[in-house]
Amino acid sequence: MTAAAWVAVGALGGVMAIARFVVDTTVATRLGAGRLGEDFPIGTLVVNLSGAVLLGVLAGAALSGSVYTIVAGGGVGTYTTFSTWMLESHRAGEDGEARVLWANIALSLVAGLAAVALGHWLGGAL
Amino acid sequence: MRQRRFDRRELAAIYAGGVVGALGRVGLAEALPHGVGAWPWATFAVNMVGAALLGWFVTRLGERLPPSTYRRPFLATGICGALTTFSTLQLELFKMLEAGYVPLAVGYAAATIACGFACVHVGTVATRRARVLR
Repeated sequence: MTAAAWVAVGALGGVMAIARFVVDTTVATRLGAGRLGEDFPIGTLVVNLSGAVLLGVLAGAALSGSVYTIVAGGGVGTYTTFSTWMLESHRAGEDGEARVLWANIALSLVAGLAAVALGHWLGGAL
Repeated sequence: MRQRRFDRRELAAIYAGGVVGALGRVGLAEALPHGVGAWPWATFAVNMVGAALLGWFVTRLGERLPPSTYRRPFLATGICGALTTFSTLQLELFKMLEAGYVPLAVGYAAATIACGFACVHVGTVATRRARVLR
């Protein structure tokens, strides 16, 4: 990868970190209630599922090389987050909300896999 | 009175952390490429480290240190959020399953979740036990 490509990774990464924050807080504010309660981390779920679809599309479209590394790795990889998923699950457990903990883990995992599969299929059709 | 929704300096802190985390993750991924039937060590490593760091930072900033406007956006949302990745994990699982590596996929998913959760826990309790130095 060229130096310019690495700069692009970092620059796009910064942007997508902001995008994650904006989507998470916007969704959480507007959708912060539901069957699983206001404490379900819906913002992170929406971020992660949308990112999974996006990454699936990029992979399914067989993007490769530096462009793939920049957009998929620097971009979408930064947009989605594993640590926040785990932290919010952990905190739900500490708050005595076992249902939220397990629902967050199971739903994210299963829906995430479905999301990337869907994206991959869409990308292949492009 | 309508307030500006997002603080520009908070966004700048998130941006800076995002740059650091992204370069760390992509850098390691480029250094440790793997085939579809192999354990994705780069993703696993950054996800575990990021989870532990996030447990540490969020607990420390939330329960130990006086409130700061920019540390958490930089360290937590920025660095940890960018260093770790959910989408790459899912794509790796998808590719494993597509290629028929089912036990590997199950093991990778289970280990990622179990160890990731444990890392957040360790980071959390470690800061609660540590004394505040300043």
